[in-house]
Amino acid sequence: MPPRASKRKSAPPNSSSVTSSDGRSVSSKAKIKELEKIDRLFNTYANSSLGMIDPEGIEALCSDLGVDYTDVRILMLAWKLKAEKQGYFTQDEWQTGLKALGVDSLSKLKKALSDLEKEVEKPSNYEDFYTYAFRYCLTEEKQKSVDIESICELLNLVLGVQFRPQIDSLIEYLKVQNDYKVINSDQWINFLRFCKEISFPDLENYDATQAWPLILDNYVEWMREKHS
Amino acid sequence: MGCENIEFDQGWGEMEKGIEKLKRILAGEKETPFTSREYMTLYTTIYNMCNQKAPHDYSEQLYDKYKKTLDEYITSIVLPSLKDKHDEFMLRELVERWLNHKIMVKWLTRFFHYLDRYFIIQKSVPALNEVGTTCFLNLVYEDVHPTVQDIVLSLIDKEREGDQIDRALLKNALEIFVEMGLGQMNRYQDDFEARFLQETTNYYSRKASKWIEEDSCPDYLLKSEECLKKEVDRVSSYLHSSSETKLIKKVQHELLVVYVNQLLEKEDSGIKVLFRDDKVDDLSRTYRVYNKISQGLDLVANVFKQHVTIEGTAFVQQAEEATSNQASNTPGGHEQVLVKNILELHDNYMTYLNSCFQNHNLFQKALKEAFEVFCNKTVNGSPSAEILASFADHILRKGGSEKLSDEVIEETLEKVVKLLQYVIDKDVFAEFYRKKLARRLLFDRGTNDDHERSILSKLKQQFGAPLTSKMEGMVTDVVLAKEHQSSFQEYLRNNPDVHPGLDFTVTVLTTGFWPSYKWFDLSLPSEMVKCVKVFKGFYETKTKHRKLTWIFSLGTSHINGKFEPKPIELIVSTHQAAVLLLFNASERLSYSEIVAQLNLAHDDLIRLLHSLSCAKYKILNKEPSSKSISQSDSFKFNPNFTDKMRRIKVPLPPVDERKKVIEDVDKDRPYAIDAAIVRIMKSRKVITHQQLISETIEQLSRMFKPNIKAIKKRIEDLITRDYMERDRDNSHMFRYLA
Repeated sequence: MPPRASKRKSAPPNSSSVTSSDGRSVSSKAKIKELEKIDRLFNTYANSSLGMIDPEGIEALCSDLGVDYTDVRILMLAWKLKAEKQGYFTQDEWQTGLKALGVDSLSKLKKALSDLEKEVEKPSNYEDFYTYAFRYCLTEEKQKSVDIESICELLNLVLGVQFRPQIDSLIEYLKVQNDYKVINSDQWINFLRFCKEISFPDLENYDATQAWPLILDNYVEWMREKHS
Repeated sequence: MGCENIEFDQGWGEMEKGIEKLKRILAGEKETPFTSREYMTLYTTIYNMCNQKAPHDYSEQLYDKYKKTLDEYITSIVLPSLKDKHDEFMLRELVERWLNHKIMVKWLTRFFHYLDRYFIIQKSVPALNEVGTTCFLNLVYEDVHPTVQDIVLSLIDKEREGDQIDRALLKNALEIFVEMGLGQMNRYQDDFEARFLQETTNYYSRKASKWIEEDSCPDYLLKSEECLKKEVDRVSSYLHSSSETKLIKKVQHELLVVYVNQLLEKEDSGIKVLFRDDKVDDLSRTYRVYNKISQGLDLVANVFKQHVTIEGTAFVQQAEEATSNQASNTPGGHEQVLVKNILELHDNYMTYLNSCFQNHNLFQKALKEAFEVFCNKTVNGSPSAEILASFADHILRKGGSEKLSDEVIEETLEKVVKLLQYVIDKDVFAEFYRKKLARRLLFDRGTNDDHERSILSKLKQQFGAPLTSKMEGMVTDVVLAKEHQSSFQEYLRNNPDVHPGLDFTVTVLTTGFWPSYKWFDLSLPSEMVKCVKVFKGFYETKTKHRKLTWIFSLGTSHINGKFEPKPIELIVSTHQAAVLLLFNASERLSYSEIVAQLNLAHDDLIRLLHSLSCAKYKILNKEPSSKSISQSDSFKFNPNFTDKMRRIKVPLPPVDERKKVIEDVDKDRPYAIDAAIVRIMKSRKVITHQQLISETIEQLSRMFKPNIKAIKKRIEDLITRDYMERDRDNSHMFRYLA
């Protein structure tokens, strides 16, 4: 998330009057009420002239949720919302996402965040989330690759907990090497494969003649030289 | 036919009479042969005895009696005769006894034939013939066969050592082994062949270890050929035909396979000596002999390859050392010699390939691999691709220094093209060739167009159009330039007022065909400025869509130098001319003044001034008169300059282009790899990583050999540019994105 200097104050919604809506209610009246609450929540953070929540709004949302705006859970939220543009949530995305989460209030959203972590970690979702994380960084139109600096941060954020030693080592390499200034999506997806498939730190089962991207070939070479 | 039953004893008594007669005949006693009548009686007796109603049906008893008769005969007569005989005599006796036995069985079988028709089938018992053989097998063969084997083997050994033996006897003896198998070869194989093969192996192993030390390679091969002939003969004389393959394989292995390297690499007589002394017969024999051994030719081809590699590498080393030893030499002189040597080497070995090795593809491959080793070495910093291009250049420059005939030139160029197939970096060759071609086309008067086009078409044939298309364009440009020139002349005639007062020609080159040249922002002498303007005017009447960039560094000027002793015409480059013409206006110019007036970079100007004041011809005098140019020097026109000739060419040494050529080629390779990958992806749509790599290498092999890292990098780039993608489920497969 891009850091913003100013903080906008927001009015926390009154949670006591929320009726239970777990998204499974069949009655349309309950549904309309739920949608209204979701919209109200949206408007709390949205930039009215843009018609969507902008980075400032997201920052405010984060502070209300009690998470850092660089927290991986915000990225997960963006994934759940299927947000297209980094730093922005459209009304559509907000509605669809919150409905899918089954929340219509801030407190529910807070709780949902920790559930979200578990959901993302499911193998069927994880790769999707991982790929999404990269796409989310493509801020310019027709942008295909992400700069090394951002990739390192993203790797740390997304894979750091699960694959700490690999990620630390890989990030070290990315920062010292000169062959690549940017990383494309193919290389990105292979970082995950690498962490999952290759034994670490011996790298015994890595075969450079196979279809691994060249950057990983170079990384393995660098590692082997370091430890010889 | 009597209807009375024959009693067994009675009937058997009749039979015994016949049997005794038979025995007497076999013993060689005086006896009349069996008449038809006698035979019929015996046959009928059996017939009747078998067709009587039970209990007078005596088939089974007769069958037993048959067997008993044979057993008795063997025990009483045959075995004793064999007992006290040894060696060949024993063998002879056995053969005779077996023959006799077979005759006995034949006759008895005839008499008792009726049993064969019904009884043996009914009771599922062996036929009379088989019983006959089995009796002999059990009572005689089982007893004597080890001894027989010993005797046979020692006779064979004797024969191998040169003695004469009775081959017919051996043949007959070994046939017994075969027949004892009752239709299978197992007795022959187990009781004779196995040990025979083992002893053969031992025998030839001993001989080989002796001969390999004592004999020369050709002699050894001759001996081996002889031995093999003899063994084949042995098979046809007395061994069973089924032994031939196994036998020959063993002999070949002991004589030719075990010692192959020692044999062919013999210091004084091995392959390399055979080649040196042009021993075509011995080489052909080597091929012939090893051709019969499975994978034998691989062994020879391997030695051949090593030999050729050593020879070629020696030439390369020679060239390296020669250049570093000599203080001064004709530039590239040693490299020319190297190419000549390698071409000769190639011719020689191609001849051998045809005359001795039947052009076998194993040897073709060996030759190719050997040449690939030393045709890719760098000699004194010059890559082999450059050396070859220089060699071709040398030939094409008005036939080289030796004034070769057209035929020889064509032949040599053809050989150069052949040699190129062994050079891996063909694109480097092409680039050097192109640069030299440019110089030939622009500076070398009287280049032979036919030869130029001929070698280009040969190159195109062998390596494809990408290699030669630009060069063909260059040759065409020069031809067109001549046409252009005549229309330019016409233009001048029609517009006399724009004539600049100088004779000049312009060669228009198509950018893209020609090597890229550095552009200098040279300030031209005024006379030349006019020329440029006029031509521009003319060119615009021809076409408005092209931009002309003037490369004066490629131009030549003829300047009249009015020296005191005598006027001399100077042939110089246009840049040199620009320098000299400055001195028409000023008597003395400092370096900095020249720089200011001409607007050239220091490196280039220093080269120019050096060629005019410090080299062979001192057209300008330099102050101070040191050997090199410094930026504080001053220059004056040298009025006293003279030479015995009336016209001289003032050379300007060319800039070393080697680095740039290699750089340029390296820059282009990624694009070639890209194009190949896209072509492959387009046609295959889906492909594995391994296959993509190997097909890319194959497609590019006519130009260069890309390394895997380079290909991977291009794949990555193409993925980024959305030409292809990695398959979602199969990470080692790629998909084409239309």
